[in-house]
Amino acid sequence: MTELICPAGTPAALRTAVDAGADAVYCGFQDATNARNFPGLNFTADELARGVSYARSRGTKVLLTINTYPPAGKVDLWRSAADVGAHVGVDAFIVADMGLADYVARAHPDIRLHLSVQAAASSPEAIRYYCKHFGVKRVVLPRILTIPEIRQIRREIHCEIETFIFGNHGLMVEGRCSLTNYLTGQSTNMDGVCSPASDVEYVQDEDGSMCSRLGGFTLDCIGAGEKAGYPTICKGRYIGSHRPEGYYAFEEPVSLNLSHLLPELIEAGVDALKIEGRQRSKSYVRTVVSAFRSALDDIRHGQTPNIADLVALTEGQKETRGAFETKRWR
Amino acid sequence: MTATLTLGPIPYHWPAQAKCDFYARIADEATVDEVYLGEVVCSKRAPFFEAHLPDVISRLEQAGKAVILSSLAEVTLKRERKATVELAELERPEVEINNVGGLYARAGRSHRIGPFMNAYNEATIGWMARQGASHICLPIELPAKAIAIAAKTARDLRLGVEVQVFGRASLAVSARCYHARAHGRSKDNCQFVCEEDPDGMPLQTLDHRPILRINGIQTLSESYIDLLAETGPLMKMGVSHLRLSPQAVDMVAVSHLYRHCMDGKISVTEAKRKLQALCAGVPLSNGFFHGEAGYRQIAMDAKR
Repeated sequence: MTELICPAGTPAALRTAVDAGADAVYCGFQDATNARNFPGLNFTADELARGVSYARSRGTKVLLTINTYPPAGKVDLWRSAADVGAHVGVDAFIVADMGLADYVARAHPDIRLHLSVQAAASSPEAIRYYCKHFGVKRVVLPRILTIPEIRQIRREIHCEIETFIFGNHGLMVEGRCSLTNYLTGQSTNMDGVCSPASDVEYVQDEDGSMCSRLGGFTLDCIGAGEKAGYPTICKGRYIGSHRPEGYYAFEEPVSLNLSHLLPELIEAGVDALKIEGRQRSKSYVRTVVSAFRSALDDIRHGQTPNIADLVALTEGQKETRGAFETKRWR
Repeated sequence: MTATLTLGPIPYHWPAQAKCDFYARIADEATVDEVYLGEVVCSKRAPFFEAHLPDVISRLEQAGKAVILSSLAEVTLKRERKATVELAELERPEVEINNVGGLYARAGRSHRIGPFMNAYNEATIGWMARQGASHICLPIELPAKAIAIAAKTARDLRLGVEVQVFGRASLAVSARCYHARAHGRSKDNCQFVCEEDPDGMPLQTLDHRPILRINGIQTLSESYIDLLAETGPLMKMGVSHLRLSPQAVDMVAVSHLYRHCMDGKISVTEAKRKLQALCAGVPLSNGFFHGEAGYRQIAMDAKR
């Protein structure tokens, strides 16, 4: 049965996701050990312990995200995150760094290891490497593959496959992006931050247009009344030699929404479907998780799922099926 | 304490003849000891230069340069998987692996770890060494404090350890080709439009501030990394190899500046002044090394 994997940025979001029908929730600690190291988000050890017990009593799994890359000299923080997770009884670790994977596989061999999307394992050979050496049980695939490619990978590997279906649409290969660090001095890989709010500013012009900046660099300017997504470098608008008018050089401010493709994903052999958004509100989590829960239940019962509500939730009301539907996206 | 100067793979899609001419000059004139060859960015580009590769390798080797073949950073398609496996199966020259799929195919035989491999820390470097790595190129964004610890680990394990000291920083890779996108095309019908931009396609912010360069599926920094002033500290930390990444400037002259500066034949101040003149119009930066925003240029005490 295909699992629904849901974001838990806070203890309240965890309970909400569990109540809304998540098969598993994923969460991280309040530090650089996970890729959503944002102020006001994530868990203390005590909160995680309570979260695990709440989830477990309702039959939901808890996956601990330790998916950033420890810089030399700071490895212990990542190891102790795993140790605490093991102590409170999480169901799996989601990791990317090889040194950490090696540690976790040896120190906590009874806890499942999932390969984070931050490891960017996009070929059967890469996935097999992690399975062979660290006993990885599930790989979270990068958001760059078409469904036929996912089906092909499924045939060539033995571990489970998890794919993102909804939320932020990462453009760059995860775990290989230093764009934020280039403008802000804070690293996505080492600090767990992407376009940190502390470095974002909005400047309003007299004509009512609004410019967003990161680290002092303008990322976009939009007219009065237009809706804008959160400013990130890969959704910014730039002037290119052939595009003097300014254009979204990497991607428009769109969100990923694969609700239309759920049957195909399941048929391709995907074991778990992941909703992005640990930075999202409790009510967002409730709405999205409930909608996908009933969609998956409908599919299981041979019915056509109703997913109209999900479209309205996507960033700036614009959605994409990204790489999944066609190679032309590339 | 000194270090080996290396020339990284050419990141851009230069015409095959331009690459041949470039390497002929490198062989004859550049003060680099090791040269990395091969297409690391886009598998579609590889066939253009493949036929010339054996000649270029022997030309460089005859000139006394060691040659290492670098593998693709992003591996998804069949042809990319095949290319990666074939490279991983080579007995010689040495290979530098940039994707985990290549590590799987290499199966423990000796290899170098490329800059795309995320060797951020001592535990990962130790793991890689146990799996046959002989040499590690550290990630471009690693700050000095972490470089020092990583370099010590690598040296203790008798590995070579390398840091890029010149050229645009690779900031991101993607499955999507942004060169094709800029021209309203997709990757499959790109018509190799990236060839028009031998130093990357510049992007400016809407208020006309240069920010990034597009190179096919890769996003590069606008600035050239320049760690001339940091070569001394890097060598003291035990970094054994310093990498120059080829850009559309006089790379022979760049190699001389770095070599002379490392050997104490010219002062850092003079070398930097000359480098700035060589790279006219392109900002230089060293922010990553100093734990600051990568585009920044942080003043170092120029005296040694």
